[in-house]
Amino acid sequence: MRNYLLPDFLVQVGEGCSACGRCARECSFGVISMESGRPVARHSRCVACARCVTFCPTGALRVVPNQVAHRHNPYWSVSLRHDLMRQAQTGGMLLAGAGNDLAYQSIWDHLLLDASQVTNPSIDPLREPMEVVTFLGAKPSALQVEARPEGTLRLAHPLPPQIRLEVPILLGAMSLGAVNLNVHRILARAAQETGTLWNCGEGGLHEELYEFGPSTVVQVASGRFGVHPRYLERAAAVEIKMGQGAKPGIGGHLPGEKVTAEIAATRMIPEGADALSPAPHHDIYSIEDLAQLVGAVKQATGFAKPVGVKIAAVHHVAAIASGAVRAGADFVTVDGFRGGTGAAPKVVRNHMGIPLELALAAVDDRLREEGIRNEVTLVASGGIRSSGDMVKALALGADAVAVGTAALVSLGCTLCQACHTGRCAWGLTTQDPKLAARQDLEEGVERVGNLIRAWATELREVLGALGINAVESLRGNRERLRAVGLDAETLAVLGVQAAGRE
Amino acid sequence: MQRHWLSLGCRRPGASDAHQGGTTVLTVSARGLDHVSLNRLLAEAAAAGERAVRVTEVLGHRYIGTGLGGELSLTLEGTPGEDLGAFMDGPTVRVLGNAQNAVGNTMNSGLIAIHGSAGDILGHSLRGGRIWVRGDVGYRVGIHMKAQPGNGPAIVVGGAAGDFLGEYMAGGVLIVLGLTDQGRQRPVGNWLGTGMHGGTIYVRGSVPEHRLGKGAGREELTDADREELRRHLEPYCWEFCLDPDSLVSDSYTKLVPLTYRPYGRLYVSTVGEC
Repeated sequence: MRNYLLPDFLVQVGEGCSACGRCARECSFGVISMESGRPVARHSRCVACARCVTFCPTGALRVVPNQVAHRHNPYWSVSLRHDLMRQAQTGGMLLAGAGNDLAYQSIWDHLLLDASQVTNPSIDPLREPMEVVTFLGAKPSALQVEARPEGTLRLAHPLPPQIRLEVPILLGAMSLGAVNLNVHRILARAAQETGTLWNCGEGGLHEELYEFGPSTVVQVASGRFGVHPRYLERAAAVEIKMGQGAKPGIGGHLPGEKVTAEIAATRMIPEGADALSPAPHHDIYSIEDLAQLVGAVKQATGFAKPVGVKIAAVHHVAAIASGAVRAGADFVTVDGFRGGTGAAPKVVRNHMGIPLELALAAVDDRLREEGIRNEVTLVASGGIRSSGDMVKALALGADAVAVGTAALVSLGCTLCQACHTGRCAWGLTTQDPKLAARQDLEEGVERVGNLIRAWATELREVLGALGINAVESLRGNRERLRAVGLDAETLAVLGVQAAGRE
Repeated sequence: MQRHWLSLGCRRPGASDAHQGGTTVLTVSARGLDHVSLNRLLAEAAAAGERAVRVTEVLGHRYIGTGLGGELSLTLEGTPGEDLGAFMDGPTVRVLGNAQNAVGNTMNSGLIAIHGSAGDILGHSLRGGRIWVRGDVGYRVGIHMKAQPGNGPAIVVGGAAGDFLGEYMAGGVLIVLGLTDQGRQRPVGNWLGTGMHGGTIYVRGSVPEHRLGKGAGREELTDADREELRRHLEPYCWEFCLDPDSLVSDSYTKLVPLTYRPYGRLYVSTVGEC
């Protein structure tokens, strides 16, 4: 078959090149090689990960889009035409990594926050106490307090299990297989050091990381990889993964060549075996069945830890979330359509699911209407890019957010979307030990920790500007949001007024 | 609670009483207990070092043995509820009666022996250990069961199985004997082994072509298969007082995956060279 594809990018070697060969050593996609002492590029392999450019000591390298003069056609984009050629040449389903990259309207960017002026004084968070601690777990509808004989008070009934989060920022689920053990090590330690939780995803928890159990959310997904009693016992919380924002409604395939000895041991399957996560949980065909699995996990963990359910943001997300709460979920993670993935069919990644903003508002509304909002901690995830997105998510009704892609970006990810190739030059979504070694543990922990600390500082700053002194008062406080450029229907779903409205 | 002498199973040739399930056990009645209370009581018994517990009047109690580790041997009289032995890691559970759905869900190791029949999705994602059923089982049994090096799971069904037996099967052994078939000659339903990409299914007798799911293929039985059958059927037969020799030497249909990489050529990358 002849190849009609033109390279997406061109690698240009400029005058300053010292022929040190660093670019060729850094490139993991086989683009650059040294020939006769000069770097030579095979442009067609370049994914624009920018690794070579970042590490070129003389700044002589450029990676630029291959600006071939296609006739302008915004409807038939060049990227679409390239995809058609790939399919024509292989008959394959288009596979993509990272999150949905289409230019759908981003609602976050149309929401603005209120600020204090004159009559409602703002607070200086650098001098005054500002509470951002969040508790993950179901909350009772009412508290009964009884007096002890010695005069002190105590709760008459035990509280459901709670986990104290120093910041309302969790590290989102990324499985061992999607990312490598080095990344898991970084996320686990960063979570421990910042007083929050990381999520090991659906591929099991490596034995080495069991010591981070108190900072770990473990997943039970349809493939049940690595799920065994000790795994459940070690975790701070257990999340039943029903769906993922990047690929709602489908499962996943970790191909056998990525199932290294390390991954095989953690997933508890033979080395080199395909790890298929079926689309549904085969023991769950109804909310009653979901309740049964929530119950089984609670039974297996002695009712001692929160058990949550992760669902993708889809049309009926509010009803599904309500069902999950009624099934006994102590926390529900709503994952929006901008969420990342190690690998997903492009058609699913780019065209299925709904925006997190709308899903979140709908879920929060529905749970309030039904009087069960207190019974659950609501975690919003899927494309939270900044503390601004985080604050808006909290105001729309989330108790906390979870970040995956943002954490990877803090570790060097340039969103080149080549995760599924297993050749990540930044050592993140690869199982190649040489590439994985590019992630330095100490530096990585500091980077992810810095990101969380920076967002927490920005959260305090925003709370101060809003004139409130606890994140509790921001939660679901949509009165402090105003919208620009959104239609009436969207405003109604969001429960947010247009900017300028009193 | 009382202690009783309990003797179960048939005499294994040459074995002493102690090796055939006979032992003095703690007896608990489940009457009037909800499943949380019953399971707490069983966990406490296990923690206190009880080796064997007999539970009478079991009536739909969920999650018995769920998440339980160790060596405890449970004998349940009655009908236990859903998710019997889910995530279980070691214990032996005997059911003197029928069982409901999701028996041995994501079980790690141990033995569940059901002297009656069982419901749907028995052995879902089973990773290790053995599940034996004397009677029939429902739909989607052994779905996504998988092998682990050195710990292959096995399910033996004495009677007939419903549709989608061994769907998505990734490893281990599934045996259906069709002993309760009563001349219907239908020990298995349709879509047998759909999407299987590991493991082996043995069905006593013949299986018509139209029952096979996409992904399952036939293979001739070898001497190694006979040995494998004997390894699983001998202890099974001791449990249920059956004759292993005649069962092992019967004719079987053997099914294996047509490919171990069903999705190897499904995709094309959206970046880099095509």
